[in-house]
Amino acid sequence: METTQYLDIFIDESTEHLDTLYQQLLALEKNPQEKAIIEEIFRAAHTLKGMSATMGFEDLASLTHKLENIFDGIRYDKISVQTEMMDYLFVAVDHLNAMVEDVANGGDGKRDVADIVNQLDKIEKGENITKEESSPKKEVESLNTTTLQLDEFQLTILSESKDRGFDNHEIMVQLREDCLLKGARVYMVFELLEKMGEVIHSNPTVNELEEENFDFMFTVMFVTKEKANDIQAKLMKVSEVEEVTVTPFSLDAYKEAQDEVLDKEPRKQMKEVEATKKATKKEVKNVAKAAPSKTIRVNIERLDILMNLFEELVIDRGRLEQISLDLNNNELQETVERMSRVSSDLQNIILTMRMVPIDTVFNRFPRMIRQLARELHKDVEIDIIGADTELDRTVIDEIGDPLVHLIRNAMDHGIETPEERAEKGKPSQGKITLEAYHSGNHVFVEISDDGAGINKEKVKNKAIEKGVITQSEAEVLTDQQAFELILESGFSTNEEISDVSGRGVGLDVVKNTIESLGGNISIDAVPGGGSTFSIQLPLTLSIISVLLVELQNEKYAIPLSSIIETAILRKEEIFSAHNNKVIDFRGKVVPLAFLNNIFDVPSDKEEVDEYVSIVIVRKGNKLTGLVVDSFIGQQEVVLKSLGDYLTNVFAISGATILGDGEVALIIDSNSLVK
Amino acid sequence: MNEVNGLENKLIVFRLEGEEYAISVQRVGSIERILPITRVPSTPSFVKGVVNLRGVVTPVIDLKERFHEKQTTFTEQTRIIIVHIDDITVGLIVDEANDVLDIQQDQIEPAPEAVGSAVVEYISGVIKLEKRLFILLDLEKVLNKADMTELRTLEG
Repeated sequence: METTQYLDIFIDESTEHLDTLYQQLLALEKNPQEKAIIEEIFRAAHTLKGMSATMGFEDLASLTHKLENIFDGIRYDKISVQTEMMDYLFVAVDHLNAMVEDVANGGDGKRDVADIVNQLDKIEKGENITKEESSPKKEVESLNTTTLQLDEFQLTILSESKDRGFDNHEIMVQLREDCLLKGARVYMVFELLEKMGEVIHSNPTVNELEEENFDFMFTVMFVTKEKANDIQAKLMKVSEVEEVTVTPFSLDAYKEAQDEVLDKEPRKQMKEVEATKKATKKEVKNVAKAAPSKTIRVNIERLDILMNLFEELVIDRGRLEQISLDLNNNELQETVERMSRVSSDLQNIILTMRMVPIDTVFNRFPRMIRQLARELHKDVEIDIIGADTELDRTVIDEIGDPLVHLIRNAMDHGIETPEERAEKGKPSQGKITLEAYHSGNHVFVEISDDGAGINKEKVKNKAIEKGVITQSEAEVLTDQQAFELILESGFSTNEEISDVSGRGVGLDVVKNTIESLGGNISIDAVPGGGSTFSIQLPLTLSIISVLLVELQNEKYAIPLSSIIETAILRKEEIFSAHNNKVIDFRGKVVPLAFLNNIFDVPSDKEEVDEYVSIVIVRKGNKLTGLVVDSFIGQQEVVLKSLGDYLTNVFAISGATILGDGEVALIIDSNSLVK
Repeated sequence: MNEVNGLENKLIVFRLEGEEYAISVQRVGSIERILPITRVPSTPSFVKGVVNLRGVVTPVIDLKERFHEKQTTFTEQTRIIIVHIDDITVGLIVDEANDVLDIQQDQIEPAPEAVGSAVVEYISGVIKLEKRLFILLDLEKVLNKADMTELRTLEG
């Protein structure tokens, strides 16, 4: 059954019923015998159960079902209302509330409710409520008694093993909070343990552990002949294990504690319930902190559709602006201006809606690097900075592979083996730093390693050998230009082809991908000291601000992001240096690129203008003046590709549709800067 | 074309320099009148540029120039046939496009050594029908990108 259309109703109604539940539970606490209250609660729980089952929220349904059963019992005097019981009921409603909130936020309403369902089961059966150790919390460590519940059989094994000269240990393993593969780590821990002895019991159960159904801590009862210190040391070797505590387990103490627990049952129980309550409160607080503003989840497809529709709107906006200019009607102009402003705001909102933190790409790298390090027998740590930097989703989708490639490259060619590093007097552990940050309309992603750097001469020789450049070209290259040769096709300075980064596809693929995203990549390296790959990416891909210029009768667009400024100079101000035309721009010699010549613009009239219009563009720290015929103005345009037939057109990064319906080409100024 | 079988035997016929060519109707997206064309620099001369095809920027090539090294002069009859090959969408400028042909597979004959003036490698067969001769074009080869790169390097 298609239920999405009822979701809003469901959320509204369940919130109401939950409110009722809270209120009536509070009332019930004061008047435990009041039948009307019990009836009310029963009805609320019953409706909630029905609704959530219809909507397919099974966890919600099963928990409310338990609640319903209990109150059914109370209704018919099978169960009597007790204070301890109330606490569990409140916790249960807290859980329900959290689930409904999750659903309201677009989640699936799933929540681990096994513990509370267990408790409610006991209440339902009228059993004495014993606080079973639910999710292992750190506070529990401080208690002297064991956190494990052992059955008769396990106790027998433990006492027998003791008689045979084995030691019983209780081992608490704490995983790091950023651990990605909890299941795998658990497996590794258990494998190690099984080599040393025998695991009698674990909390949570092995099944739960395998399903990663636990926080970051688990406890096992372990029988071995090994010493506690050895066990601890061995377990600590498993990666992502934060802490291992090995405590000798004394059977007698356990039994005593158990008896004590039984004796002091009511008091202790109260205390624990209070602790749970506190914990719950704390959790609620945390949630509030994490999400101060309300969020909803939206299908990414809808965002794409929204974006496409908005792009259409931007094109029409351009057309309207032009019409209003042509008609020169005041009222029309005002309205169009207003509309333009509103649509710019709209554009900003849509663009921010599509932003995703780059962490979604970065978070897979630590694991990848660890694995690679093992394959390559290198010791490498990764440092990630600025993982919360946000980028357009389309960029995020595309940037993953190039980054993987660059990291593999840094691991393979950059970082040396520990032996080599030791010889060079570096720490044996290499380091790769991944940093992302915003700057202006761009996002920068830098991958730096403290490895061998790039051997400039080796790169040059290879480039000459492969015919990428000539001998004479090689002589005039700057360091950076030389480094960037490794981004050209068919380049791998490592003599051996490895399966990590040298698989026939070179870094040119990376360069192409990044350039197709409208970004660029530069390399800096210190021989022996490491290298830095710096990637500059546009914040968004689809709508950009451009300066429209005219070359004879053709219109071209230059992205504003690369423009420093525009200038109109007299012809006399153009100088010749080594057959190159240059200008003096604020004390700097800037080479000129005559777009009319570069683009072979058919000209029908000879240039007689006394003035030249120049757009100063920048790539990195290099400037170039693009000579155009005239400036038209600034405009927001929708970036479109030229299609698959025309790929890699020199100095053209794409096209856009102007207000008059004609296509204007977008100039890739990066390839014009020399 | 290989995939012309019993079911797919409708062809679009167009005229180029007085000769009649045919392409499978399945390749054809639409037939357009001449649209404003924006020249794209640093491309082979037969690539006339790009047009705004209902919001999609689409490259157009002049088939006459591709085959005959001779530019099409645009007239009222000049058409752009939008064709789709794999992922590529391209507009072909032709002198006239106004006919659809139903043929049987067995009517297609292999291309003779010298037929018309289109280079033989672009021809996948010919069809003789009464007194007319239709040249069946192999669009994959016409739009071969490797070919284009070659041309580009020759020019550039």
